[in-house]
Order: sequence, then structure tokens, then C-alpha cells
Amino acid sequence: MTLEQYAQISNYTTFAATCVLGLALLAYVAEWAFARKVEANAPVMADSDGTVSPSLESADVEPVTDRLSRIGLVLTVLATALMVVSVVTRGLAAQRVPWGNMYEFGLMGITIALIIYLVLVWRHQVQWAGGIVVAFGLVVLGMSLSTYVPAGPLVPALDSHWFIIHVGAVVLAGAFFLVGAAASVLYLIRARAEAKGTVGPVLRRFPAAAVMDKIAYRVNAMAFPLWTFGALIAGPIWAHYAWGRYWGWDPKEVWAFITWVVYAGYLHARATAGWKGRRAAYFCLIGFVTFLFSYYGVNLFGSGLHSYAK
Amino acid sequence: MSERSERTKGRASELAPREFLRWMWRQLTSMRTALFLLLLLAVAAIPGSFIPQRGVDARAVQIFFTDHPTLAPILDAIGMFSVYSSPWFSAIYLLLMISLVGCIIPRIGVYARALRARPPRAPRNFARMPASGSFTTTASVDEVMQAGRSVLRRARIDVVDEGGASELRAEKGFLRELGNLVFHVSIVVVLIGVAIGALWGYRGAVIVTEGNGFSNTLSQYNEFDSGPLFDPEDLPPFSFRLDRMIAEFHADPDSPQYGAPKMFRADVTYTERPGDEPTPYEIFVNHPLSLDGGEVFLPGQGYAPVVRVTDAEGEVVFDDAVVFLPEDGSYRSSGVIKVPDAQPTQWGFQGFFLPTAVSTGDGQASETIYPGAVNPLIGLRMWTGDLGLDDGEPQSVYVLEKEGMQEVLDEDGEPFNISLSPGQSQALPGGGTIEFVELRRFARFQIASTPGVMLPLVGVSVGVVGLIASLMVRPRRTWIRAKATTGDDGRSLTVVDVAALDRVPRDELPDDLDEFLASLREELGETTSAQENRT
Repeated sequence: MTLEQYAQISNYTTFAATCVLGLALLAYVAEWAFARKVEANAPVMADSDGTVSPSLESADVEPVTDRLSRIGLVLTVLATALMVVSVVTRGLAAQRVPWGNMYEFGLMGITIALIIYLVLVWRHQVQWAGGIVVAFGLVVLGMSLSTYVPAGPLVPALDSHWFIIHVGAVVLAGAFFLVGAAASVLYLIRARAEAKGTVGPVLRRFPAAAVMDKIAYRVNAMAFPLWTFGALIAGPIWAHYAWGRYWGWDPKEVWAFITWVVYAGYLHARATAGWKGRRAAYFCLIGFVTFLFSYYGVNLFGSGLHSYAK
Repeated sequence: MSERSERTKGRASELAPREFLRWMWRQLTSMRTALFLLLLLAVAAIPGSFIPQRGVDARAVQIFFTDHPTLAPILDAIGMFSVYSSPWFSAIYLLLMISLVGCIIPRIGVYARALRARPPRAPRNFARMPASGSFTTTASVDEVMQAGRSVLRRARIDVVDEGGASELRAEKGFLRELGNLVFHVSIVVVLIGVAIGALWGYRGAVIVTEGNGFSNTLSQYNEFDSGPLFDPEDLPPFSFRLDRMIAEFHADPDSPQYGAPKMFRADVTYTERPGDEPTPYEIFVNHPLSLDGGEVFLPGQGYAPVVRVTDAEGEVVFDDAVVFLPEDGSYRSSGVIKVPDAQPTQWGFQGFFLPTAVSTGDGQASETIYPGAVNPLIGLRMWTGDLGLDDGEPQSVYVLEKEGMQEVLDEDGEPFNISLSPGQSQALPGGGTIEFVELRRFARFQIASTPGVMLPLVGVSVGVVGLIASLMVRPRRTWIRAKATTGDDGRSLTVVDVAALDRVPRDELPDDLDEFLASLREELGETTSAQENRT
């Protein structure tokens, strides 16, 4: 196959994955809608731990939500597979690792985040959270599609081994941050309902707040060392070779630093009595926003040395 | 005022400052303060990413001053143009460092004691532990203790006899706190290393045109910045000559990459110490020239056409390569030629350089369509008068001060346009000529030295290892209690009780305990058919 054909396959599969992910979101939303309907027609008995024991009347509706959930999951798996094809062919087309610009960074990040999500579904049965994860994924995918550039070789400044290491570590950390933020959102929603005692038919299907909090922590605990390595070690070393200084407070560096500081705050908050739970979750969300800003906002608003990454 | 109250007051003033300091110290080293300072540091770092910074882009700061003449001085007064060296930013991170040191020093003491301490005794009631279980075995108490030791081999273990039973106490996971301490100490080390680099380091930039050289002295730099403890006299005495600057761009017009940079390379000949043999070297982006006491980087390059100017009397008054600074990725570049020796009045030229010029129609300015030099073109306008070079004010070579000058016009009263390709020359109004002799390139080199840089690099790398340990290692205490008993059939049996406690709660604990029980019994040579009950 020629390079152009690989590039084409990558573009088509990205498009297909976006559509499939959209359908998956529809399935999840429909699932929630049906769950609500079940509740309206025949209240289900829920145990204190959130498990659902359907009453007899709802027995015929219950499988519908299960089926929708399964459809959503299958579509998510399909979208993930398409994304894997997309990034691999993109790499083949450009003849290098597929994270050389913002577009590719976004595709790569989403692909990894979806894989992490599927692993979590497999290990922790969090498939009810699929809607939120897929919605997050679509937003970030949209952001990266808006920065589309055709596949091609790198500018000389990016031609370095440190490019693979620095951007690779950062994109991996970003994917973990994304999953962690999605878990924190779910945690906040669910924890609030649990505190008020208003865990509704939809929320009941989500994992318990404690589970979401733990997932968020574990994912972020993986992301933080990766981010430290990628943004604060590999980044400065490469900056030294490319620009002749290790750290120069370039806007991207500033925001990478801010992201690091906020996530450091998150890890400390989670280990502090009185800050665990809700406040820690806010730290995590602020952290993710600063990460998104370092990825997307800095290139949109600022100039800086990282601007070629567009 | 009574004597007594005087005395109390005197004592209070003796004690109060100490108490107050202690209270302050406790506040400062509390986690709440640390969290607050972390957030504050994040917020304080934000303005520097939106407002241009002197240390990053001094020219952008100048432009900001021109664009916002009222706002800029106010921002300047509160250090907004050098946020990261401003007193308030420094205050936040210094407080954070004090808070950090105040937190880790006591913890190091606690950790040192914990390292020497023996594992704690078993709780009386194992059922109250997060995970516990028991089984009965035909193995002896000693065999059980031995098996426990070998299964828990990496933990710290004590075996004691306690009230007719043997008790094994095990604790593992000391690396967690060690990792935590290492990570926090490494942050301090990194900061010290960065400070050393900033105090004794230097950084400068210089533009060199092909065929010209550079020797590492202060006067040769276009820009120079050094730490307060660096003496410019100590600049290492290396020198180099730029033999050739090569810039390649993607040339296939059908490719989406058309015009994107492909390769930049500066071929230099350097002399590390005066008297050394000159050595050739190729400097690429990402591939600097490392010399004793400094490194030479290639962050930028561009075009420097050689221009020759002859005045009305036929004298060659200017003959040199003129650096045209690229305005963007198209390499449309702008430049200035100052000719102070022209007679009878000084001349100045200002204009642009296009690497691959195409005309866009009659009366329209030409544009460049490719950054490589396929059809180079210089377009200039001309001024005469006083260049203002003699009033003692230092001038930028890239800016023409037009205050004392008048633009030269053609017969129609329009600005007189000069348009030159290589080899062409053009007559100037009032006599004289200007000639585009040949095209050369220039390289912009950055020369820098950051002494002691290995300290923060090694520090942060060790720190990350510590960080991973502090996040992944699970401290766990395990207890085994074994008591000899006699079975119904008169055989001697041993009842084994096991309990485990995680210092950092984890929900895999019950599963881990099951696994532990299984390995313990395997070690005892048992099959799983024996009695077992997990609680």
C-alpha cells in the first residue's frame, strides 16, 4: 500500500470511529431513558448498596436496558478497534510514531483512554459509566478533529528520540487523566445523590461513589508519575537539545507545570482528612481542565515555542 | 498597673513570641497550608502564560508597552513581565519549600524509628481485622511458623510465644514511606540545582552569516543574559566559523507538506581553545555542539543577501551581507540597510526579502510561495537624511529610525521602489547604485551553559522512582497465631489463625488473604480438603 492509501484508511477509520462512538452514546442515553421509564412504571427495589432487584412488573423492560447497555459496550469496543486501526495507519502513512501534532495527539489519547475504559469495564464492571466516558471521548475527538492536518513527516525541531519519549509519556498520562476526570465527575454526581438519599433509577446503575473515587485515584496515581516524567523530565531534556535551555517558562511549559501542581494537590488532598472525597474530586477536575488547556488552549491562544505542534 | 500584672506581662512577652512562632510553624507545615500554597502557586503561574515575559520574549514585552501605554507600567510595577522571578511568586514557592522541609524532617525521624521498630503484636480478636481466616493442620506449631516465614519472606518478621500459642508478626511495605520521603527531598534537590544553574549559568544568542565567525566574548553577542554570580570574563575562549548554512524544505508542490521545513544544518569549523586545531562539525536542530564551558545550539536561520551600495561619487559605501529576519514560516523576511558613509547625506533602506517571489498582478506587491530560495527578490524603499547614529543612543540594526530622514520619491511622487534579483543592480535617484551581489544565509546560534544541571536531572529522576514507590507499594501487617490442640481422634493438631491489615486500605485484602492462606497451606504440604473457614 502507498503512504497515501494508509493516510486515507486512517481518515476513514477515524470518521467511522466517530460515528460508531456517536451511536454508542445514543445507546447509552437510550439505556438511561429506559431505566427511568422502568422506575416510572414500576418502582424497583434497590438495596442500600445500590444493587437493583427488579420487581415482577418491570421484568420485561429490564432486559431492554441490559440489551442497550450491551449494544453500547459492543459499539464502544468497535470504535476502539477502529481507532487503533486509525492511529496505526496514521503512523504508517507518516512513517513515524503517530503523535506528531495536536490532531494525532488527540486521536492517540482517545484511543488509549478508550482502552483504559474497556480494561476497567473488564476488571471493575463500570460499563454503566459508558455514556459519560464516550461523551468525554467525543468532545476530545471533536477538539482533535478541529486541528486536522494531513499525515506527513516532522519538522526538524521534532526530529529527536525525545519526541517519542516526551510526547508518548504525555499522551499516555493525558489518557489516564481523562479517565480519572470522568470517574471524578461520576463520583461527584453519585456522591451527592447518595448524601441526599436521592439515588435515582439512572444513578443507581452507576458504580457506588466509593468505587468511582477509588478508580479515579488509581488512574490518577498512574498518570502523575507519567506526567512528571513526560512533562518535567523528558520535556526539559529535549528542550535543552532543541532550544538550548531546559526550562524557559514557555506558555506550554507553564501550563504543564500548573497541571502538575494541581494533580500534586489532588494526591495530597486525597491523603488528608477533611479533603478526601468531594474536595479531592474538584482538584482532579481542575487538574484535568488545566491539562486540556495545556494541550489545546495554549496552542489556540498563545504563540510560544510549542506552536508548531498544531 | 499592679506589680503582678507587670510580671505577668513580662512573662507573656517572653513566651508569646515563642508560642506564636510555634503556632506559625505548625500552621505553615500543616497539610491544609501546603494544599493552599500548591493551589496558589498554580494560580500565580497563570499570568505569565498570557502576559509576555522578559525572560522569554523581550521583544513581545516592548510591543506590549507600545500597545498598552497605560496598563503596561502598572503591570510592570507588580512584576507581571517577569512573573517567575517576581518577589510574590518566589515568596509562594519559598513558603512551599519551608512547609515541605518542615513536613519531611519530622517524618524522616518517624521513619527512622519505624525502621528500627519491631512489628507490632497481634490484636486479641482477629475477627475484627479487615481480613482474617483460620484452618486446622496436622503440622506442628513450629512448622507453621516456619511456613509463615517462608511465605512472608520479604517482610520483617518476629516470632514470639504468647500465652501458650506462637505468634508471628510481620510487617512489609517500608518502601512506601521511603519513596514518599525521597520524592519530597528530590524536589528540594531539584530546586537547589536549578538555583545553581541560574546563578552561575549564562545564555546568549548571536546571528552569524555564512563565511563569518564568532568568538565567545561578550561584545560578540546580540543578546546575552547571565546569572548574578557569573563573570562574563570567564566565558570559555572557544570560537567557530559558519562555513555553510543548509536549509531544506519539502519541495513537492502536490504534497500537503509543501514548503514545510525538512532539515536545517550549520556546518561550522570550531576551535575549542586558542591554538587548537580547527575541527569541522555539523550542528543540527536537536544536535548541538558541546564544548568545554558551553553548548552551541541552532534554533533559527534565514537569508542574508549581500548588498553593495555605491554613492553618487562612485565610492562603494556599503558591501556586506544584510540579515533579513523571517517574519513567519514562509520566510518572507524584513531587513534594514544603513549607509552612514553615503555622500552627501546618509542613506537608509528598508524592505523585504522573498525567497521565491511570484508577481500577483500589475501594481501588486510580489509574494513568496516557497521558503526555499528559488527566485530570491529584495524589495526596498529608500530614505535620506540623518540615521541618528551619532547621538549616542544604541540602535537596533533591524530598525530604521526615520525621524531625521525623508523618504525618496519617484517622478510621480510615489515612494521610490527598489526591486532586485541576484546579480541585478538599480540606479538610485540623484546618483549611485544598489546591487544584490549574491545570496547568503545566516544562522542564529544560541550559546548556553547551565552548570550543575545533572543535579536537578538526577534529582527529579530519582524522585520519580520514589514517587512510583510511594504510590504503588502497599504497607501490610500480617499476623499468624498457631496453637497446638488435640483432635477428636487423639491426633495432635494445630489451629492456625491469620489476620492482615493494610496501612492504606485496599479492597483486594480479602482476596490476598485467601491467596496467603492457600500458599501457607501449600507450604505446609497440605491439600485444600482440610478444614478451613475464612471470616
